[in-house]
Amino acid sequence: MERIPILKMGPFLLVTIQIDLYDRLALTLENDLINMVSQTGARGVLIDISTVSIVDSFMGRILGNIASMSRIMDAETVVVGMQPAVAITLVELGLTLQGVYTALNVEKGMELLNTKLGDNLELDDDEEEDQDDRND
Amino acid sequence: MIVMTKDTMEIVREQDVVPFRNRVREFGTRIGMSLVNQTKLITAASELVRNMLKYANGGKVILEIISNNAKTGVRLTFKDQGPGIADVAMAMRDGFSTGRSLGLGLPGAKRLVNEFDLKSNPGEGTTVTVIHWKNGR
Repeated sequence: MERIPILKMGPFLLVTIQIDLYDRLALTLENDLINMVSQTGARGVLIDISTVSIVDSFMGRILGNIASMSRIMDAETVVVGMQPAVAITLVELGLTLQGVYTALNVEKGMELLNTKLGDNLELDDDEEEDQDDRND
Repeated sequence: MIVMTKDTMEIVREQDVVPFRNRVREFGTRIGMSLVNQTKLITAASELVRNMLKYANGGKVILEIISNNAKTGVRLTFKDQGPGIADVAMAMRDGFSTGRSLGLGLPGAKRLVNEFDLKSNPGEGTTVTVIHWKNGR
């Protein structure tokens, strides 16, 4: 069966969707991602949809589900790289992706996740002080 | 109304959706439809074809390039022989679904295209026709 690969990078999981999604494939991704979050204790999920040419209500719902499920499991989700035509279409369709963080590209998405992780760590403990040596 | 190109696709499984969406894109490209308008049309088509698979176990779609008073567009006709829609007005409302979805499919698809027509006879099936013009108007 076809599957979309999930990469682990430090405390984050990365997914790049490079093929046209059909419903079952999207559901498999949702399932795989949640399992991976649980197995790896990942603190963030980054989904790159820059090569996805359409997002319909089903796929939009899956993105929303992934974000809410991950949040319950203590991981934030950021969707990056949405094409302008897809954004225009989604809003007209009536789907606003509430509760899903978005960023323009992978780099900005990683920054956002790092910031979120940094904020959380400050609340926990300041064990990782070299966290914010990013150069903006 | 002149029909310039015509094609029919059978949709019986979920995997048929991807080639179908590509075919719609091809039709849009052929008449020089902009990317945004293509995306709207394909997204609407994706919603309608999902309904066909989910509620009627599939059906067929007629794809046409049509022309009318200097306007060119793509017309898609979705025909199924499913159970039909008991309450069309209700089905066209945002957030209403007899399945467990968001209920955006039909009303969302209608918002995305220029012309939308739905005919349904309970027990006989449903036919949805949409037209999207080249310039989106």
